[in-house]
Amino acid sequence: MSSARSITRAVNPPRAVYLDFPLGRTAGKPLDTDNQRAVLRDTLAAFAAIDRPGTIVDLDYEWQPDDGWKDRVMRPDPDKPGGDGGHDDDRVARFDTPQYQTEADAAAADSACPTCVFLEDTR
Amino acid sequence: MGSREPVDYIARTREQYDALGYPAYTWVRNDDSPPFAALTKPLSDSRLGLIASGGVYRQGQVAFHFKDDFSYREIDTGIDTEELRATHFAYDLTDARRDPNVVFPLDTLRHAVDEGQLGELGPRAYTFMGGIYSARKVRDILAPAIADRIQQDEVDVALLVPV
Repeated sequence: MSSARSITRAVNPPRAVYLDFPLGRTAGKPLDTDNQRAVLRDTLAAFAAIDRPGTIVDLDYEWQPDDGWKDRVMRPDPDKPGGDGGHDDDRVARFDTPQYQTEADAAAADSACPTCVFLEDTR
Repeated sequence: MGSREPVDYIARTREQYDALGYPAYTWVRNDDSPPFAALTKPLSDSRLGLIASGGVYRQGQVAFHFKDDFSYREIDTGIDTEELRATHFAYDLTDARRDPNVVFPLDTLRHAVDEGQLGELGPRAYTFMGGIYSARKVRDILAPAIADRIQQDEVDVALLVPV
């Protein structure tokens, strides 16, 4: 499944489906089980339907009737207070400690976690 | 407003990096025809393995960190989705935190099993946090580790859900 067609084209997996939604919704709309089930049904159908390696099937769903959201992806927000219309580096700082969703998660975490696999880079 | 065309994230990243004075990002590019295996049986008789890169973990696990984390988590596919969490430095988590199914379609897959579209799920799903800047670490360390595990699960097909 992909919501970044150009990246998937470059990676060139054996089979792919493309969903034209903003990043972070690769498998459908939030809290919309009808949409999620329809997207998955089309995705599962593509396993059998694709017979040429590298095929990307474009799924027929739209995020919103208006595609205006695409104009703002990774581009300066003209309405941002104090913004100069230039590009911002809006990525989050690269903390090297676990970044929990909630404080309760941090308290509940088992540091010996047997299902957390930390791989070694031997190079 | 807007366009029917897909957002070209490779071009947008180049524009943004240029504007910030960063050197161009080197994307993975595979020009050879990818390996391809035909299905040997219908999906309704197949076991599916789920692999997702949206930074999903379950409560009780150590969360991902944001500095070149190439670890992975194993998540029991029988889990209550209320226990799922998401963390990631590079995408808008609003919807993934409201409904993890948008990046980790576990309820959706279980429904497909209930409906008979799919045989069953592997016993565990594999998650990591994408945006790993070292393609080498993914190619040579992380991907082979997950491939080994998912083969031990004897899945017939694998569904990859990147962000």
